[in-house]
Amino acid sequence: MTTAQRPPTPSLPTRDLPTHTVPTNYLIGGAALPDGTRADILLADGRIDEIGTGISAAGATRIDADGLVALPGLVDLHTHLREPGYEQSETVLTGSQAAARGGFTSVFAMANTSPVQDTAGVVEQVLALGEAAGYVTVQPIGAVTVGLKGQSLAELGAMAASRARVRVFSDDGFCVSDPLLMRRALEYVKAFGGVVAQHAQEPRLTEGAQMNEGALSGELGLAGWPAVAEESIIARDVLLAEHVGSRLHICHVSTAGSVDVIRWAKARGIDVTAEVTPHHLLLTEDLIAGYDARYKVNPPLRRREDTEALRAGLADGTIDIVATDHAPHPVEAKDCEWDAAANGMVGLESALSVVHASVVANGLLDWADVARVLSQTPARIGRIEGQGHSLAAGAPAELTLYDPAVNRVFGTDDLSGKGVNSPYLGVTLPGRVVSTFHRGYPTVLNGQLQDASLIADAGRESPRG
Amino acid sequence: MRHLLTTKGLDSDTAITLLDVAEDMADVADREIRKLPTLRGKTVVNLFFEDSTRTRISFEAAAKRLSADVINFSAKGSSVSKGESLKDTAQTLAAIGADGVVIRHPASGAPQVLADSGWIDAGIINAGDGTHEHPTQALLDAFTIRRRLHGKASRGKDLDGVTVTIVGDILHSRVARSNVWLLAGLGADVTLVAPPTLVPADTSGWPARVEFDLDAAVDTQPDVVMMLRIQAERMHGSFFPNSREYSRRWGLDDARFARLGTDSIVMHPGPMNRGLEISSMAADSQQSTVREQVANGVSVRMAALYLLLSGDREGTK
Amino acid sequence: MARTVLAQADIDRALTRISHEILESNRGPDDLVILGIPTRGVVLAQRIAASIRRIEPNGAAVAVGSLDVTMYRDDLSRTTTRTPSPTHVPGSIDGRTVVLVDDVLYSGRTIRAALDALGDHGRPKIVRLAVLVDRGHRELPIRADFVGKNLPSAATERINVHLAETDGDEFVSIETMSTDGGVGA
Ligand SMILES: [Zn+2]
Repeated sequence: MTTAQRPPTPSLPTRDLPTHTVPTNYLIGGAALPDGTRADILLADGRIDEIGTGISAAGATRIDADGLVALPGLVDLHTHLREPGYEQSETVLTGSQAAARGGFTSVFAMANTSPVQDTAGVVEQVLALGEAAGYVTVQPIGAVTVGLKGQSLAELGAMAASRARVRVFSDDGFCVSDPLLMRRALEYVKAFGGVVAQHAQEPRLTEGAQMNEGALSGELGLAGWPAVAEESIIARDVLLAEHVGSRLHICHVSTAGSVDVIRWAKARGIDVTAEVTPHHLLLTEDLIAGYDARYKVNPPLRRREDTEALRAGLADGTIDIVATDHAPHPVEAKDCEWDAAANGMVGLESALSVVHASVVANGLLDWADVARVLSQTPARIGRIEGQGHSLAAGAPAELTLYDPAVNRVFGTDDLSGKGVNSPYLGVTLPGRVVSTFHRGYPTVLNGQLQDASLIADAGRESPRG
Repeated sequence: MRHLLTTKGLDSDTAITLLDVAEDMADVADREIRKLPTLRGKTVVNLFFEDSTRTRISFEAAAKRLSADVINFSAKGSSVSKGESLKDTAQTLAAIGADGVVIRHPASGAPQVLADSGWIDAGIINAGDGTHEHPTQALLDAFTIRRRLHGKASRGKDLDGVTVTIVGDILHSRVARSNVWLLAGLGADVTLVAPPTLVPADTSGWPARVEFDLDAAVDTQPDVVMMLRIQAERMHGSFFPNSREYSRRWGLDDARFARLGTDSIVMHPGPMNRGLEISSMAADSQQSTVREQVANGVSVRMAALYLLLSGDREGTK
Repeated sequence: MARTVLAQADIDRALTRISHEILESNRGPDDLVILGIPTRGVVLAQRIAASIRRIEPNGAAVAVGSLDVTMYRDDLSRTTTRTPSPTHVPGSIDGRTVVLVDDVLYSGRTIRAALDALGDHGRPKIVRLAVLVDRGHRELPIRADFVGKNLPSAATERINVHLAETDGDEFVSIETMSTDGGVGA
C-alpha cells in the first residue's frame, strides 16, 4: 500500500490524545540542507509538508536546528540485527534503536540469523519485528543459498514475493565462492529486480585468516588474509555480471586493488555497485599490534594505502555507498585471545561521525555527497520505498539532524544497541546526531533515544511508506 | 621487568643483564646445593594450553631451583578443554595468588592479552604463543652462542658481528621470530633460509636477510646454523612437495654439515626430526649445542623468573 | 651536608689493624678464606688478603673471593630488582675459617643472607665477620668480630663509603638525609 492511497492522519490538536502519543507535526527551524542552504522544514502527517524560509505553523512542535545539518534519513544496506537466534548479541528492537541513534531511518538486515533468512517465513518474521519496534524501516535481506551453505539456491523468488519484498540477497559472512552458483544467482534475481550482494572472500586463500596479510601479520604471527582473496572474487564476479547482464553489489570493499577492479568494471559499463564500511575508511591494521580483539573484523583492517584508496574511490564514485556492517557481539566474544574472538564491530551509532572524520573533514565529500552515499544510493540499490528521498516538499518525513560542530569522546553512553564492541570507545570523534525523524515522528530527539513503547505506538499510528 | 612477552622491543642492555644473571644461575647448577631461596613463598603457575613437556619441565626446574611453589595447569583434562575461557582461567589463577604465570598458548598474542587484561596482576612469561614469539627460547639460544664463543668470559658481552643462519619454517616459527629480534638486537648478522612458501609475506621490516638457497648460505661459513623443526602438518599444506625434497634442499645433511667450518655452531630448539631437517651426524657432533641448549634453558628461565618476580612489582618497569 | 669521618689514611690503618686481628685470632694464615660481599666488600677483602700476605711469611696461603647474597635476601619484593654480582668461592670452604667482609654493618640482614649463601657452598669450621664501619641499628642478633670504626648514627643519616677501586676517590662520610631519608648499605 502506498501512502498516497491512505487517508491522512487526523490533525493532532483536534484529538483527545492519550498522554503517551507522539505529536507528528514538527517545524524544524533554520537547518542547513545538504546543499548548504538554510531552510525551515515542516513535517506533517509523515511527509515533508513544506520546506523554505519563514515557515510558520500553528500547533506544530518547534525544533531549533540552528547550526545543524539536515540529511535525508540514513539507510544502511548492511546491518546484522542477530534476531532470530542470537538475541544475546542484538535484537531487531535494540538494533533499530542503535540505528535511530546513529541517524538511520532504515536498515537492511543481513541473512545470517538462526534460522537463516532463507525462506519467506523468516524474512516476514524479521519484517514484522521491525514494524513492531517502529524505530526504523527494517528491510530483510534474503540468503542466496540454503542455510548460507553455498550449495543450493534459497527460495529467492518466494522471499521476493513475500510481504518482506526482498530485493537484496546475500550470504554475507560467507562468500558465494562456487562460480556456477554465483552465476545462477545473478541471473535468477533479474526476474524480480534483485541484486546479489557478495561478501568477496576466496575461502581457500583465507583459511584460518586472522588479519590483513602483510608485514604486520608476519610480525604478530597471525595468519594472513591477503588482499588478493577479495580482489580475485570481485574480478570474477564483475565478469560474471557482465556476462549474464546482471546487477551485482560488492559488500565492504577493503583494499586498494578492489577499488581498481571496480573502477575498471564501471568504466566497462558493468552494472556493479560497491560499499565501504566506516571502519575501513578510518582505521588501519596497526591498531592490531596489541591483539585487542575489538579491532578484529572481516574483512580485516588494512593498510593506510588501502584506506586512502577507499576514500578516493568513495569520492570519485567508484564506491557507491557507505554501509556499516554493524556486527554486535556479547562481551565474552571479544574478551579473549585474538584467534578465539569473533569478527565484527558495532557501527550504526558511530557511522556518521566516522564518515565525517574520514572523508568530510578533509573535504573529499560534502554533505550532499554524504546524503548520496548514506541515504539515496543505498535506498536505490536496495530498491526500498519511502527511503532515500531528497529533502523536498512531498517527500516522506525521513530525516536526520546532525551537529557537525561538536567534538566528543565516543563512549558506551553513545551506544544504544546491545553490543559494546566499538573500536571508537575513548576516541574523539566529530559531530553528533541530534535528532532522527522516521515517518514523521522523532525516534531520537536532542540526542535522546525516544521511549520504546512511545515509538511502537507511533509506528502503529503513522502511515507506512 | 614487568613481563617477558617478546624479544621485539627488548633492549640489548636488558637482554645482556638477563643473560648475565643466567650465568650466575648456571654457576649455581655447578654447586652441590643447586637451590636458591630467592623466590621462597612465591607461586609460579605453568599455564599450558598446548602440550610441551620439554618447555614445561624446564620452567618447572627453574622455578623450583629458585624455591618457588610451582603449580602446573595443563589444558588437557582441565576445565579449559571444556571451553573455559582464558579470562576465567586467569581469574582463577589470580584468586589462588599466582605471582608469576608462564603461559604457552596456541593463539598468537594470548600472553599479551593476559598481561593487558587486568584479569590477573601476576608477571607473565610467554612460553610460546602461536606463531608469534618464544622469548626464553631465543634467550637460551643467545646464551648458548655467547658461552660457546666466550666461555667463562661471557658476562657483559653482546653478539656483535656473529653471523647466524636460521633455516626452516620461518612463517610458522615463534622461535625464528624471537631469535631474529633478539640476536639482531645483540648485534648479530642474521640470515633466514627457507622455501619461499615458508617465509612471511613481507619481511622488509625484519633485521634479517632472506634467502632460499641453503648451499649458498652454508658456503658463507656462518658462525651459527640454527635448524628449525618442520611440523608434520606442513607436509599436507602444499608448502613443499614432500619431505624428501625438503630434506634435499633445506636439510642440514652430512654433506652440508661437512662443508661448514669446524668452528660453526649447530643449533636446534628440539624436538628434532633426524634425517629431515638435520642429520644425526650434525646433531650429535661436537659442534651441536642441542643438549647444552636444554641445560642452558633452565638457567635462562631462572634468570627470567628472578627478574620478573623479585623487586617491587609496582615500582619496576 | 656530608662530614668526612675517615680519610684514606684512616681506612688504610683500619684495614691493617683488622688484618693483624684476623691473623691473631686465626693463629696465622692457614685455612683462611676471605670472602667479600659485593660490591665494596670484595675490594676490602682483597686489600685485607694483600695485607695479610705482606705481614705473614706464608701469607700466600690465604684465599680470597666474593660471595654474592642477592639471591638470599629477604627483601626482594620491597625494593627494585637487584642485579646479582658473580660469586667466586676459591676452592672448598669445608672445615676452613671464612671471614666475611662488608663495608657497612647496619641491620644485619645482608650478613644473615651471606650466612645462608655460605651454607649452600659448604660447611666452614668458623665464620667471622669484618666490617669497615659498624653504624648500629641491628635488627638481627649479629655482631662483627673485626670493626674498622664504630660510627653511632641516626636512622636519618646516611653513611657513604668510597673506595679508590670502585669510586675513584676514598673516604667514609656521614650525611644527614632530608626527611624520609635513605638508609646506608
Ligand atoms: Zn561480510
